[in-house]
Amino acid sequence: MNDSEVRPGQVSLAAAAALPEDADWNGPTIRYDLLKEVVIAIVVVALLTVGLAAIFSSPDETPTTIHQWSTADPGDFLTTALAELNGTSDVASYGQPYNATAGAAQKIGPISLQQIPGVRIPVNTANDFVLAPLAQQAETSPGLQAALSQFKAAPSSQQATWETNFGKALGKGHQTGKGTFTVARADDGPLPTMFASLLAMADSGALDAALTSSPNFYGTDYTKPLLFLADGSFLANRADAQHLSGDQWGMMNETGSYPGQAWLWLYTMWYQVEPFSSSGNADALVWGVMAVLTLLLLLVPFIPGLRDIPRLVPVYRLIWRDHYRRLDRSRAGDPGSDP
Amino acid sequence: MTDLVGSETETTAPPSAPEPGDEAMWTARVRGAAMRTFPPGKLLPDRQPSYVASWIYVFGVLTVAALFMIIASGVLLVWKGPSWWHVSKVGLFINSIHLWSVELFFFFMVIHLWGKFFMAAWRGRRRATWVTGVICFVMSVGAAFTGYISQQNFDAQWIATQAKDGLNSVGIGAFFNVLNFGQMLLWHVLLLPAVVIAFVAFHVLLVRRRGVVHPLAERRRSAMHGISTGPDPTVARDGTLEDVR
Repeated sequence: MNDSEVRPGQVSLAAAAALPEDADWNGPTIRYDLLKEVVIAIVVVALLTVGLAAIFSSPDETPTTIHQWSTADPGDFLTTALAELNGTSDVASYGQPYNATAGAAQKIGPISLQQIPGVRIPVNTANDFVLAPLAQQAETSPGLQAALSQFKAAPSSQQATWETNFGKALGKGHQTGKGTFTVARADDGPLPTMFASLLAMADSGALDAALTSSPNFYGTDYTKPLLFLADGSFLANRADAQHLSGDQWGMMNETGSYPGQAWLWLYTMWYQVEPFSSSGNADALVWGVMAVLTLLLLLVPFIPGLRDIPRLVPVYRLIWRDHYRRLDRSRAGDPGSDP
Repeated sequence: MTDLVGSETETTAPPSAPEPGDEAMWTARVRGAAMRTFPPGKLLPDRQPSYVASWIYVFGVLTVAALFMIIASGVLLVWKGPSWWHVSKVGLFINSIHLWSVELFFFFMVIHLWGKFFMAAWRGRRRATWVTGVICFVMSVGAAFTGYISQQNFDAQWIATQAKDGLNSVGIGAFFNVLNFGQMLLWHVLLLPAVVIAFVAFHVLLVRRRGVVHPLAERRRSAMHGISTGPDPTVARDGTLEDVR
């Protein structure tokens, strides 16, 4: 800005600079066309965004389906489904808001905020992910119906024995093709029949439909299929290949080479460092830290020490360098400093 | 016959002033308060203090401009529904504009925020301006986040399944279910934009009301030039290093 653009005010620059900080400025002024600036800014940003969109487009990787998972990695699908049935999966033992597993909820010190709302989104993994979909399929399959009836009628100790033996057989089994898996015979009761049907449902896409279906016809809630997918390794392996895992600063990354939520860098950083990176309460602790830091940022004007940093870091001298130059001249009595 | 032409006395009154006897009306009171708080010269200024001369001042208006582009592209995406941009080249282009305007919005806003921090822009009864600005930033992070998990693609699946753990760990996930696409989409297109726009509008009005913060007292640099700059910065009553010029 040239000094020639400055118009004198009611008082000199030196007098105006001595005003209280909450007073209206009555010193020298410059032209400032607010609406013109807004319009120019919108045009510049519009050109920038249209240009960036035309050159770089935006990412859109197709979603993962249970059908893709079961056909690509039936072993992982069956192992995950067994964990849902016997209650050893992550979701089955998650705690609130999905279930009331004792001691599962995260804590900040002695306080568990996770427990307070209770079980508001109930998920019974055995029933929701395995038994209920199979019951639908059993309506047209007498063999599956008999297997389901046998499983449900058995005492829990017998069910546990079958599940353990079937799990061992799965561990020694192998994939024989897209969506097919072979296991050796074992003392696992009706489980091979049940899981063969579940795999067939998944391979056909029927399990996707069963988990996303809504009793009200229209559905927009994908909680159950997403929780099921998240319990397996298929979704995580795909994310890992796209540098989206937690230990890859994944929360601020985007698929491909696109910039993601870079503004989450601080939140993501805490997960990479001790004690958070190895804590079972990492999520609650990181949220606690971020809540405190956000509160500090919000209340900077009220916190002694923090609010004094700008005066100690001379960035303001750069911002107002022209003002200080004119002010020095004004105080030295230079008649040219005040137009 | 009644003379419909106002007298000279009537025509000299400010256009916003109520008729005699109407001063107690709610509408007249609100209009009067609005005119006192936001006189036209403050609301739509054509001059600014001579110290408003730095590129840093541009980033506030650039942030607002990027928000305008976010809203404009977002409205187009809403117009055709959430699945359109996956199957249409035009839709993908509009989605790309939406994405890049969000990236620019945060880029401009963060520079604006740090610029205002180093100017200690909360001085002179401008604390509410700072507080509303930080609220705008925090709510914008939430609005962008719900956008990412409303994309209906792999990115949305992964972000939602990871983010649920943080939200659940502090009890928020029980009410704000990131795996519920319908809930997240509505928060993204209605609730959070409404809050962001409301706070941005309030923030801008506060900037207009209080004006641009005065420069900090600057002593050391002037002392180097051998020029007296008046009293030193000192500790004011509330414990801050305030300018006591």
